[in-house]
Amino acid sequence: MEATTKARHEALGLSREQLLEMYYYMLLTRRIDERLWLLQRGGKIPFVISPQGAEAAQIGAAFAFRRKHDWFTPYYRDLGINLVAGVTPREIMLGAFARGADPASGGKQMPSHWGNRPLNVVSGSSPVTTQLLHAVGIAQAARMRGDDIVAYTCCGEGSSNQGDFHEALNWAGVHKLPVIFMVQNNEYAISVPLDRQVAGGSVAARGKGYGMPGIEVDGTDLLAVYAAFKTAHERARSGQGPSLIEAKCVRITSHSSDDDQRRYRSSEEIEAIKAKDPILKARAYLYEHGILDEAQEKELEARVMAEVDDATDYAESQPYAVPEQTLRHVYKED
Amino acid sequence: MAVLNLVEAVRETLRAEMRRDRDVWVVGEDVGKKGGVFGATLGLFDEFGPERVQDSPLTESAIVGVGIGAALYGTKPVCEIQFADFIFPAFNQIISEAAKMRYRSNGAWTVPMVIRAPFGGGVHGGLYHSQSVEQYFTNTAGLKVVVPSTPYDAKGLLAAAIRDPDPVLFFEHKGLYRAVKGEVPETDYIIPIGKADLKRDGSDITVITYGKTVHFCLEAANQLAREGYEALVLDLRTLLPLDREAIVAAAKKTGKVLIVHEAGKTHGIGAEVSAIIAEECLFDLDAPVQRLCGPDVPAMPYAGPMEKFFMLSPEKCLEAMRTLAKF
Repeated sequence: MEATTKARHEALGLSREQLLEMYYYMLLTRRIDERLWLLQRGGKIPFVISPQGAEAAQIGAAFAFRRKHDWFTPYYRDLGINLVAGVTPREIMLGAFARGADPASGGKQMPSHWGNRPLNVVSGSSPVTTQLLHAVGIAQAARMRGDDIVAYTCCGEGSSNQGDFHEALNWAGVHKLPVIFMVQNNEYAISVPLDRQVAGGSVAARGKGYGMPGIEVDGTDLLAVYAAFKTAHERARSGQGPSLIEAKCVRITSHSSDDDQRRYRSSEEIEAIKAKDPILKARAYLYEHGILDEAQEKELEARVMAEVDDATDYAESQPYAVPEQTLRHVYKED
Repeated sequence: MAVLNLVEAVRETLRAEMRRDRDVWVVGEDVGKKGGVFGATLGLFDEFGPERVQDSPLTESAIVGVGIGAALYGTKPVCEIQFADFIFPAFNQIISEAAKMRYRSNGAWTVPMVIRAPFGGGVHGGLYHSQSVEQYFTNTAGLKVVVPSTPYDAKGLLAAAIRDPDPVLFFEHKGLYRAVKGEVPETDYIIPIGKADLKRDGSDITVITYGKTVHFCLEAANQLAREGYEALVLDLRTLLPLDREAIVAAAKKTGKVLIVHEAGKTHGIGAEVSAIIAEECLFDLDAPVQRLCGPDVPAMPYAGPMEKFFMLSPEKCLEAMRTLAKF
């Protein structure tokens, strides 16, 4: 028996540096999103849809994947997934400002409709859950070619009621494909709560019906999410097939900048969410284990804010695509 | 040169393309050991195995959605929808995803895939095994829509579709699968997508059509010739993009145009073709543009007399062609 019990991150094989890097990405995700709200409220950009409350789920998940190697068909809240996959804050801001150099769409799509070809982040749309099938197809094609990749895909718990969710999980289950399906359950599909959305109350429980593990994990707990994804990733790579991971998150903001959650959530409920803020939880862990102190935190915050400022200024100064770009890229061009 | 029917031409083209390119694979319901409900993939399972000739679960949205993912990865899926009537669960994947992928990613992501589906009536298929669905797709830029009428065209067009860098819907009239035979070269060739074909030259009237009604119109044209009128028959072959040049040239040649299709009339291909003619060569016309189409009812009834009433025929085509010729 060991004299001292290993800390949770050590047991997962994570160094202090890796843990700090994860926290950096959580903070970067939060601060970029906060800036987007300011820009939206200030009339500089038309729209925001927010990952606040899902940072631990996204960063914990993303760290289990291999950058520029594994494939991602994310959903619209997956800002953190994109950042860890290698999308830069400048590129995120180019999308938010709908500038011509936006790598996701050149300003054609609304913000948070991700896409970055060199990083294997597939272009997404607004109809929910279509991307789950794309992840299955990617995994199917990779297997045909003998490539060792794992596909990440994600949706919200509301979307998990769509037919494509069922079709995707079933197909992946039949063929034991290397796909990890994540459901970020923030308890609301815009305004409709979980009990009016998901019969049985558990998305994870549905995994069994598709012949795969259905794992429920505290989505505000960075290390718990990372542990679940690490296991699922190893499972996928070793040919054991797909996993379904339901991360129980919170939604701190309204659904989007066009929504006001005070119309359907009580002020007590909205207040109570703040205690479950995944950033605070991760921060407490770092302090508790002596990985972060006040001076380091100050430095980290300054570094993140400098990146956010740089990205904002850069993107705002960039031009829109010329209007005639409207006519481009319908079919392959000669 | 072999004499093949249309479904054999489809099958031999799939075989040739799969031999030519390891990234080409087939996926759909019952396409494996059974070889498809119409036999379009018969024997391919034995040659290429269960991965490249893959039986899918009974899920049309997934057949297309998985196909899109596989195309994004770089392979070239040929998805089979068992009957065109069942394509609607996949409508979202086709319209929201396949058609828009290149556009929305500013050219970064592309979906080189083919979706094959047998369509059309006259086979006692009732409402849900008879529909002509092409018009639901032809107003969606980003897609290509192809309908062959002969085995020769089927081979050249399907080969072109599989090698195309964009998503192609390939609709095969099931009433032609075994009804039409023709010489098909064993050598490799493609027919460019977007090019119509003059199936019969003539100087008195122009008939513009595609699919099974090409054969009705050709048969009617032979009869009309005996009555002293020569009909030009233009087979569109590709419905999206339309061959505007060929349409205008054919219309100008005779000044009298009849458009024929089995799909419904309202907001149909005929409406677009006649609008092109009105825009480009109205003053070359000697008669109002005519349309002979399927009736504007939800779908084709099952009982024989009603099915016959719905379907076009050489006789119905002849009547419309004769009326126009005498105008």
